[in-house]
Amino acid sequence: MRGLPLPALIVAAMATAAAETAPEAQRSGYDFAGREIRAMQDDDTTNPGMLWVMQGETLWAKKTGAADRSCADCHGDARISMKGAAARYPAFDAALDRPVDLEQRINQCRTERQHAQSLAWESEDLLALTAFVAHQSRGVPIAVRTDEQLRPFFALGNELFHRREGQLNLSCSQCHDDNWGKRLAGSVIPQGHPTGYPLYRLEWQSLGSLQRRLRNCMIGVRAAPYEYSAPEAVALELYLMERASGMPIETPAVRP
Amino acid sequence: MARVLINLPSQAKRGEIIEIKTLIAHPMESGYRLDNTGAAIPRDIINRFVCTYNGEEVFSAELFPAIAANPFIAFSTVATESGELVFAWTDDHGKTQTEVRQIIVE
Repeated sequence: MRGLPLPALIVAAMATAAAETAPEAQRSGYDFAGREIRAMQDDDTTNPGMLWVMQGETLWAKKTGAADRSCADCHGDARISMKGAAARYPAFDAALDRPVDLEQRINQCRTERQHAQSLAWESEDLLALTAFVAHQSRGVPIAVRTDEQLRPFFALGNELFHRREGQLNLSCSQCHDDNWGKRLAGSVIPQGHPTGYPLYRLEWQSLGSLQRRLRNCMIGVRAAPYEYSAPEAVALELYLMERASGMPIETPAVRP
Repeated sequence: MARVLINLPSQAKRGEIIEIKTLIAHPMESGYRLDNTGAAIPRDIINRFVCTYNGEEVFSAELFPAIAANPFIAFSTVATESGELVFAWTDDHGKTQTEVRQIIVE
């Protein structure tokens, strides 16, 4: 046998290619969107995502659960306490010994501190709270930690991003690293940076989470999508956030 | 109560043309979609929007099933005198949501 088996070589080559995306070449989905969609996002009075942010602000102050406590009772003014939080998630949770994303952290707070029922994924209330919290980080550059504890999860996300999947046998990287800026049917392929989640997609006519978007892409390549909250989904979120390091949070973004 | 975003200037000069932007949270279910079991999802849309300025109608619109969820309506009017603008959205169930905003005209 001579040297490395071929698949290992391909994986190594892809990892190098991904690492070569220079920060100045980073493009948000915003840059690929049309003029009208950009205008919609830029004006808070036309951005439909702000409807969820408004609802989230109400929920932030509402007492709930057996503890009869609101988010504000512990965290105070979200404008101060939550500024930059979304730019650091997914973050490592010592008790669970794995990373959790923003939605999971909010639900953890609900069950453990408020003694309330956890909110279902993509429910209006969870989207609203997540959007409200993430909105406080608008403009803050993404900076997730990838230290010793998170390294294996980051490595898993990296591997999943480069793994071919589904009946179309495509990896995330083949579109979003190798072919961004080109067209997939009528749509421009973006670089796939999670800068604006939860975001308002015109196709959904609603706000949606990053995990919903990932599931969309996976169904698109005809792979079995990860369940909401699956460790693979969170690892992929972690990898994507690290890949978008330095890009400002836009929540709530608007996309076609 | 659906969530509403209304944007209009709080002050204006007499005779000035002001722009008013409204956004309301609503599913605008067209009535043409099927659920997971194949049953039709009943139509549920906002079918009428009216804006009155000190009791006088300055803008109204009929809405139809092809209009997207969370309808955004922008229009302009002439600032004539100080007073209140009343915005009313009526849905298929006959329920009307009303919002009131004040304007000062000098």
